Amino acid sequence: MDSDRVADIWGARTPHGAGAPWPDRVDGFLSGGIGEDDVERWVRSACLLCSNGCGLEIAVAGGRIVGVRGRAEDRVNHGRLGPKGLYGWQGEQHERLTAPMVREGGRLVETDWDTAMARVVERSRALLDAKGPLSHGFFTSGQLMTEEYYTLAAIGKGGIGTPHMDGNTRLCTATAATAFGESFGCDGQPGSYTDIDHCDTVFLFGHNVAETQTVLWARVLDRLDGPNPPRLVCVDPRRTKVAERATVHLPIRNGTNLALMNALVHELIARGHVDAGYVGAHTIGYAGLEELTRDATPEWAAEICGVPAADIVRAAEIFGTGERVVSTVSMGFYQSHQATAASCQVNNLHLLRGMLGRPGAGILQMNGQPSAENNREAGCGPALPGFRNWDNPEHVRELAELWNVDPIVIPHWSPPTHANAMFRYAEQGSIGFLWIAGTNPMVSMPDTGRIRRILSGDQCFVVVSDGYRTETTELADVVLPAALWAEKTGTATNVDRTVHLFEKAVEPPGQARSDLVIWLDYARRLGLTDKDGAPLPAWNTPEEAFEAWKRCTAGRPVDYTGLTYGMLHDRGGMQWPCNTGAPDGTERLYTDGRFPTAYDDCETFGHHLATGATVSETEFRASRPDGRAVLKTAPYEPAYELPDEEYPLRFTTGRTVYHWHTRTKTRRAPQLQEAAPSMWVEISEPDADRIGVAEGDIVRVTSRRGSIEAPARISRIREGTVFAPWHYGNPGDEDPTDRDAAGRDTADTAANELTINAWDPISKQPEFKVAAVSVVRVRAGDGPAPAPTTTASAPVHGTSTTNRR
Amino acid sequence: MHLPTYLTMLAAAERTLAASHLRVAGGHTDEPDVRYTCTGFAAQSTRNADALDPIAERYAGRRQAEPDRLHPRGLTAVRPGPVGLLRDLQDLYQLAGLVEITWTLVGQAAAGARDRELIGVAGASGPRIGAQLAWLRMRMKAAAPQTLLVAP
Ligand code: SF4
Repeated sequence: MDSDRVADIWGARTPHGAGAPWPDRVDGFLSGGIGEDDVERWVRSACLLCSNGCGLEIAVAGGRIVGVRGRAEDRVNHGRLGPKGLYGWQGEQHERLTAPMVREGGRLVETDWDTAMARVVERSRALLDAKGPLSHGFFTSGQLMTEEYYTLAAIGKGGIGTPHMDGNTRLCTATAATAFGESFGCDGQPGSYTDIDHCDTVFLFGHNVAETQTVLWARVLDRLDGPNPPRLVCVDPRRTKVAERATVHLPIRNGTNLALMNALVHELIARGHVDAGYVGAHTIGYAGLEELTRDATPEWAAEICGVPAADIVRAAEIFGTGERVVSTVSMGFYQSHQATAASCQVNNLHLLRGMLGRPGAGILQMNGQPSAENNREAGCGPALPGFRNWDNPEHVRELAELWNVDPIVIPHWSPPTHANAMFRYAEQGSIGFLWIAGTNPMVSMPDTGRIRRILSGDQCFVVVSDGYRTETTELADVVLPAALWAEKTGTATNVDRTVHLFEKAVEPPGQARSDLVIWLDYARRLGLTDKDGAPLPAWNTPEEAFEAWKRCTAGRPVDYTGLTYGMLHDRGGMQWPCNTGAPDGTERLYTDGRFPTAYDDCETFGHHLATGATVSETEFRASRPDGRAVLKTAPYEPAYELPDEEYPLRFTTGRTVYHWHTRTKTRRAPQLQEAAPSMWVEISEPDADRIGVAEGDIVRVTSRRGSIEAPARISRIREGTVFAPWHYGNPGDEDPTDRDAAGRDTADTAANELTINAWDPISKQPEFKVAAVSVVRVRAGDGPAPAPTTTASAPVHGTSTTNRR
Repeated sequence: MHLPTYLTMLAAAERTLAASHLRVAGGHTDEPDVRYTCTGFAAQSTRNADALDPIAERYAGRRQAEPDRLHPRGLTAVRPGPVGLLRDLQDLYQLAGLVEITWTLVGQAAAGARDRELIGVAGASGPRIGAQLAWLRMRMKAAAPQTLLVAP
């Protein structure tokens, strides 16, 4: 059953025509020497290495994971697994944190749970008594279980009462949530993956799906290679695998998304591709949208975006004439300065054509991380649990009732604090207790040098729970060993609202515990109670937490009440909302053109897209959306930092197919690490010629914030743009002995040394896609750059090897 | 008529507001949202003033004597720390508030004078300052609890 998904990333094609079901193809991998007969148990779960959430079974023998295979009956993947899903789990079996650690005399030393938790609680209690709840912050991940998020939300928002809670989901998915909130009144993916099977047109906006969600790309490929293939339009400054298959590729300058989007909307209106009946019945704001895009002609946008006007016209024509159009949107749009406005314009394109809520007509605003969706749903990010509106007293009262606490405890005087502000408060010391769970901000947050100063300073006590030692744990005051995937039970939800049950297959290593157990222990030791003195949270096991979460979702758009652990075990992934009215789940939202924009339903009153100022309740009520979607946009503005003489190039960051985030797992999986072993940067051939750089030469990339050195890959990236993967940290942050006397690495490699500390005004998602940089050649390298040749990072003059070996 | 005086005053006040935005942006660079948003607002206020200039010019000949202390004063220095930031934003808010109500008053006069050009400019510029006010208000409200309760 062994499949090779390193060289053959997407696997064999199983082509089909529009409307036919996607055929099964089961991928599997057992580690060396293990045969199917050796497997003692197959445990049901799903992959947790990207937001696709492919259903799988875990092979267990001798108390260890020995392999995985896809579940043919799962609606997400029909058996398929990509490289990370097949091989990534091996990373959990190496170099794990197995004991709590506390800082003694500047060094982390191993200890037991009692000692570590006593230290956590002592500091937490002292600060709460002295300074109150605003002294506490929690920064979590997009990789925990729903049960864990909801438990933390109850502890932080119902027990302690701090608004300072956010996830690294702020970096990957916040814009998906805000774009939904602005357009439809509430978070929630309208479309379904099955729309790919039905569509006649696909638009990918800043979404290198071939590398970030390989199984979803396999689904698209099976349509592209079948009868009546869809037309494909790709917006991406790099020549990705997606771009290679595109009918129209728009390699726009990074940082100009909204100019393009305003022009596409302009064209749709100008060429009469608007479904006036749908717009009239189901939307508000058309006049404003028309006015704001009136001057955004293709010629105007072409100048800004650096692509031919004719290509913009053609793309708009394709959108305007498709009968079943699917759009996907991802980081190229989300991690930029007008992220929400640009992503709303994608929603607007669909609304203008009434192109949602039926097979093949759908929007997929992507998530990055596997359970980013649950962080949003359960209220560890920008909303209150169950997509409740912090600005709606009735929603706050419902929560208070669920938790049996006084509503005044629940912070609802302003939106929950976003990650950037939390780190700023930690920098200033007004947050004196910061708990970081399952994430590595030392590599993933912008401006690494600043994050290093914040976490290593004395002004803030830092607790980190993680499965591994990371660049971040090295700076913590207390480190707690966490159980990972397959070592605990819980649920997570993928991009298209599919909920999976992740069953425990093996015991966690050493003393490691699940984040659920760790947080409940913290709450009990802190003595958190509801208003009758009963312990808060009022649950102890994952399944009890899930039942509590279901009660929290009752009557909200994100309704889980019809789901049980038993059903999810038996049937595999199911889509919310699932309740008595929809006992098998719900494939598509908004099939009737009714949106959750009524006052009682909505998660947000929205924002002014140009400035990010909140729309007040009065303004919202006056606009009378009453179940209609909201069309809105903003004028295009140039990026925060533009190229100039000193820093003439546009730097952007992204991912590669073989790695997941900061590589804590994937670098410990040999097949993946070997396929993309170390840092590189990509530049275009004309830029390389100008600077005098050859393939593999070591270059220094410098921005106003810092510089990195890495081998150059000369790729088919857009001229003027420099790309770097952000998976790789600095050698000196992993191993402090790699530093010079000043505490600096001899040569940094982390892409985020260069990125700018700025964000979209609504989603607060950081700008990772434009920073002005210069590139100089440092010395010759020893062969081609260590970048994969199977993907967008392929060299412009192809080589036949997968990689330098 | 006093409208010419008000037009000149308004253009000057927009420029004072722009300069104050830039001062706050430059003085609080560790607050990226303040830095970039206020920089954008400064450009917007400058454009508002530029759009008003030719109209003010048109009325220049009909100017009467103006009262004292007509012109608002801008920020001359930024204050340090979280409380300083909050207070600086309050100053901007006050200044933007004056500019916004002045646009409203000028718009009223423009209607009375049947000056279509001025009606159009006031109708476009006033709401932009309204958006500045909304942003400042939101930013201050979000920062107030942390600043007033726990900031060092
Ligand atoms: S596409 Fe995503 S969820 Fe599926 S196997 Fe690959 S990494 Fe895992």
